[in-house]
Amino acid sequence: MSFIKVRNVWKRYPVVGARGAEKVVLENIRLEVQEREFVTIVGASGCGKTTFLRLLLGETTPCQGAIELAGEPLAAEPDANRGVVFQRYSVFPHLTALGNVLLGLELRSSRLLGRTFGAKRARNVEQAERMLDRVGLLSSAGAYASQLSGGMQQRLALAQTLVTAPRILLLDEPFGALDPGIRADMHELVSRLHEELALTVFMVTHDISEGFKLGTRLLVFDKPRVDPHEPDFYGATITFDLPVANDRQANAAAQALADSTHLPRKHDDR
Amino acid sequence: MRAVNRQPGRLGPIAAVLPFALALLVYALASNARLAENPNDKLLPSMSSIVDAVERVAFEPDRRSGEYLFWNDTGSSLRRLSIGVLAAAAIGLGIGVLNGLLPWFGAFGSPWVRALSMIPPLAILPILFIAFGIGELAKVMLIVLGTAPFLMRDVEQRVRELPREQLVKAQTLDASSWQIASRVVLPQVLPRLLDGVRLSLGAAWLFLIAAEAIASTDGLGYRIFLVRRYLAMDVILPYVAWITLLAFLLDYGLKRLNRALFPWYGV
Repeated sequence: MSFIKVRNVWKRYPVVGARGAEKVVLENIRLEVQEREFVTIVGASGCGKTTFLRLLLGETTPCQGAIELAGEPLAAEPDANRGVVFQRYSVFPHLTALGNVLLGLELRSSRLLGRTFGAKRARNVEQAERMLDRVGLLSSAGAYASQLSGGMQQRLALAQTLVTAPRILLLDEPFGALDPGIRADMHELVSRLHEELALTVFMVTHDISEGFKLGTRLLVFDKPRVDPHEPDFYGATITFDLPVANDRQANAAAQALADSTHLPRKHDDR
Repeated sequence: MRAVNRQPGRLGPIAAVLPFALALLVYALASNARLAENPNDKLLPSMSSIVDAVERVAFEPDRRSGEYLFWNDTGSSLRRLSIGVLAAAAIGLGIGVLNGLLPWFGAFGSPWVRALSMIPPLAILPILFIAFGIGELAKVMLIVLGTAPFLMRDVEQRVRELPREQLVKAQTLDASSWQIASRVVLPQVLPRLLDGVRLSLGAAWLFLIAAEAIASTDGLGYRIFLVRRYLAMDVILPYVAWITLLAFLLDYGLKRLNRALFPWYGV
């Protein structure tokens, strides 16, 4: 059984300013994704990449069809199963870096106050600091998120999302606003997190090389049919679905093979 | 060099003081000219008679009541103002956040608040006096009714301006509606509320003085309207200057408070 199953999903939006008119954004999306896949989504602007991500997120619902997560229909509002990092505004400016990562843990530990104290807080802080360390932000733990640079904010957004261990990680052009050097660092970080934490990732990007570099699978969204008189009549769908055999994957496979042949299998007590 | 590029630099503070000094000078000249013609003129009293009047009301006990009128008036007015503004801020915050955050609450509340804010508060002052008597409550209620609708609308707008991404993000962290309100929205709206309160202080003073002028036995506004009968410009002018100074200090204090409480705001 697939981890995520998208069954014949259609999405239409009403056209602004034209009563009753509808615009087909996505038509007949079918997709099955296994756990631990890194799916990158590319395509021209306005062809429904972000809409698809918002469907997966539960921020909007399909007009037809259904999305299942591990056999269950997806909740119709965002929940803790799905973590997300947007291009901007993903972190809370009024909290410190530590406070941002702590938030998810505290919201869970205390439904009423959303804050924890004493030993419980110490445990949460420790966990949050480990996650900050993982994304290389431990030294900025006390800085307000609004004081961090764009790249650091995106690192923080990743840490904040991953600390609550969502089952799917959704990335909406997360590096679109960063300059190239920082973007390369972020690629390295996301690849590492994907492997270390065994994440299932969907990432929308407009940079096709980024899609090939990071993904284990690349989806291309496009409109296969266009009616020049009625441009809103046909929507976009998945026109290419390519497995990506990148170095990273090959290296990981080789490493796994080496581990299993040369070393006794470690007992996993997690 | 273009005018837009010319900077006052070190002359800035001098430039700030100059208009005040000029206004004082013009007043002194005009006052002198009038008094030279008629030594009993009350319209533009001389600086020395203003100082005498201030000494009389601020540093000598009143012959009838034994109170220091100036400080008594100041205390009464500031008490009414602060109670009214605090109540308005609390109402504005509560209703504004609910209207801005909960679509169903906003569907009922938002149009109601919009309509409410169109009522000229002074037009319903008689209703307040009828409903709450002519005691403290009616005066405070006028300030509340005059400033709360603006604050409710302002807070609602600020809540709606928070990026959609933040609310979605909070939900992916398992936040309930209450947690979104208390941990994400409220702390981010508080500094914006303080800004809103600063803007509404002008209106609050207006309603305070109006209420005191009509029905009161003390207060800065009461005193000004009382001594108007005797054309006592030597009392009215320092009272107006004092009100202006108080308003300025309140505004400045709130600005500093905002920066101290919310260091992340406006970074």
